[in-house]
Amino acid sequence: MEQKWVVFSLESNSYGIDVQSVRSIERLQPITRVPNSPAHVKGVINLRGVVTPVIDLRLRLGYEEIPPTDETRILIASLNQGDAGFIVDRANEVVESDEVRIEPIPESSSDMLTDHLTAIAKGEDKLFSLLDANALFEDHHAE
Amino acid sequence: MDVNEYLGLFLDESQEHIQSINNQLLKLEQTASADVVQEIFRSAHTLKGMSSTMGYESVANLTHEMESALDLVRGGKKESNQLLLDTMFSAMEQMEDMIADIENGGRGSNVDVSETVAAFQSFIGGKEVVAVKSSDSSSFEVDLYTNSVIEQAKQSGFEAFQIHVKLSDAVVLKAARAYMVFDRLQELGEVVSTQPETEEIEQEKFDLSFDVLFLSQETADDIEQAVAQVSEVERVEVKAFTSTAVSAPELAVTTEAPTPEPAKAKTEAEEPKEQAAAQAQAKTIRVNLERIDRLMNLFEEFIIDRGRLERLADEVGQAELNETVEKIKRGTNELQSLVLTLRMMPIEQVFNRFPRMVRSVAKDIHKKVQLDISGAETELDRTVIDEIGDPLVHLIRNAIDHGIERPEVRLQAGKPEQGMLALRAYHGGNRVFIEIEDDGAGINVDKVRAKALERGVITSEEAGMMSENELAMLIFAPGFSTADVVTDLSGRGVGLDVVKNKIESLGGVVSLETVAGQGTKFQVSLPLTLSIISAMLVQVGDESYAIPLSSILETTLLDEADILTAHRERVFDFRGQLVPLVYLKEMFGIDSETKSQFPVVVVRKGNKLVGVVVNDLIGQQEIVMKPLGTYLEGIPAISGATILGDGRVALIVDSNDLF
Repeated sequence: MEQKWVVFSLESNSYGIDVQSVRSIERLQPITRVPNSPAHVKGVINLRGVVTPVIDLRLRLGYEEIPPTDETRILIASLNQGDAGFIVDRANEVVESDEVRIEPIPESSSDMLTDHLTAIAKGEDKLFSLLDANALFEDHHAE
Repeated sequence: MDVNEYLGLFLDESQEHIQSINNQLLKLEQTASADVVQEIFRSAHTLKGMSSTMGYESVANLTHEMESALDLVRGGKKESNQLLLDTMFSAMEQMEDMIADIENGGRGSNVDVSETVAAFQSFIGGKEVVAVKSSDSSSFEVDLYTNSVIEQAKQSGFEAFQIHVKLSDAVVLKAARAYMVFDRLQELGEVVSTQPETEEIEQEKFDLSFDVLFLSQETADDIEQAVAQVSEVERVEVKAFTSTAVSAPELAVTTEAPTPEPAKAKTEAEEPKEQAAAQAQAKTIRVNLERIDRLMNLFEEFIIDRGRLERLADEVGQAELNETVEKIKRGTNELQSLVLTLRMMPIEQVFNRFPRMVRSVAKDIHKKVQLDISGAETELDRTVIDEIGDPLVHLIRNAIDHGIERPEVRLQAGKPEQGMLALRAYHGGNRVFIEIEDDGAGINVDKVRAKALERGVITSEEAGMMSENELAMLIFAPGFSTADVVTDLSGRGVGLDVVKNKIESLGGVVSLETVAGQGTKFQVSLPLTLSIISAMLVQVGDESYAIPLSSILETTLLDEADILTAHRERVFDFRGQLVPLVYLKEMFGIDSETKSQFPVVVVRKGNKLVGVVVNDLIGQQEIVMKPLGTYLEGIPAISGATILGDGRVALIVDSNDLF
């Protein structure tokens, strides 16, 4: 089956999430902070009547937090234990698998990243890391 | 086949059938009725079919034995007796355990059913005597044509045999075994007719045995041996066939019809009944709870938008727009009440299991109890239905165990030998009340007081100030038990405090009234739906939180100067009682200034009080409780979330965590 990824960016880096697990891409909306939750959990939003947790992917992946811009989006992903949102700087495009070559993650990558990355996708003018959305949300319990 | 896909359906339907069997068994215990037996048989049969399709052998085996036993009763070959009823009751109990195991991911092989199976088999065992007798006496009724065939064959040196074949209980493919038997027989001679008819045997429409009328030149022993070689054949009987029709041909005409006919008539009679049952079922459909939840979510969203629309229409002030909005409002109001009822189910589902339980509990401890159920049609939220069963079981067991006296004691007290236990459910306001009332000895308040003092639950000063009812309520205190004799029931190590906690976690309240010598009434009051609660919205900094009204005692204004310090804890004087203060801004890490005068929400947990310091009280509101989701489970002092009128999410404070 042909695979597709939703590609988005954090600073100048691009990441891809399997299009199958992406439910929708939302504009930034009011987030209710959840006290005493992990730092990267921004809070919960009202997603069409469902209270959905949202995490800041910048904080999750070790970037610095920045104020939201017009391009800031919440990527709603359908994960193993329910829907969750990821705040990203910008949602770029959907890339199909025939546009890119899949390569393993370079061995020198830090542990923190290899935990969440599954591979690197490389195309003519594209380069993005494939993220395991479930891993992003699940291991925060262990922290 | 992906079995998982069907698991939910299987579990639901099994529980329904078990429930139906239990109900019918109770009826059967009252009066022997062929219809009831038929009903039980059908449910057992369906259970067997479903469980073997799903591969749950242990369930299938148990139902198979039960079905076989019932088949005898159904066919009038044996009379149902108390032993059989008891066996069936315990089979149902075991079945419930097995289904529960399957529900928890097991294989349903957690229960040792060997005793039950043996009990069924010993009941069935009697069948052999009856069955053989019946096959002896009825033998094969043959029509005139068959009779002439036999006669002709006999003239050319063939013998007519009547062969009775019984397959083993463990047989999986009955039809295949039967086919192999016929295949063997075909080598030795000619099959003239069978009972049941060949088509029926091919369709597995026979119990475990069938009869064959057979023509052969071989001896009876040879035939017996040949058939016995087929695996899973338990027993073969070969007898010379002596046709009654030969000596009295005119009789044969009359005997010809009855035997096959009733059998046919029976299957035909069954079909319309099943159709009728199917029609009755068609009035309800199964809907995944998730879908209903989604519908509710979308609908709530819609209600919020409706609010916005109303406001906008007000601002615009155009008559036609207002009229349309008004119409939408009326329509959605109706829709709202309809949507809310979708999750409601009659409490019958919970109550249904009680008659049997009361029967067996009472029997175990040699008490006589008449259970009287009313209001089983009262509807409650599905979530409450799922959770309320265990606490009620506990209260009922308690009433039988501790409330209702032994028959001899009752007679001495001038009461009827049989105790009355009433189970009632009814609506009142937006709550549902469930009452469990017995006409037993009542709670011995002196004994409760003594025990509570002994166990250190209360001090003697406290005891002096308590009313009789307050003292009686101590049976719900942790670590309390009034059982004189440790019975199986009270020896479970689960106190009534667990019952109370469970009920409270459902937003319910349990109370009791007791009159010495006359009985005790437990009353459980539950919210109609779990998802809608009244709450006080409060503001701290720029965040809003909801505190459930059910835990709020009252709200009050406090001055900075009123705060006292006791043992480094901030407390305040609330009607002569020192109550600790909890600052939400500290608890939740909110950046905000507290003014010199601030509102305090006094919440309670049991007898304990806490003052929750907030910045502002926004007001009281009905809110829809929503879970925070798996990812945010276990956040301290937050029990869920709700969506406010402006579409924002507000968190619900779990005041139990503030203590």
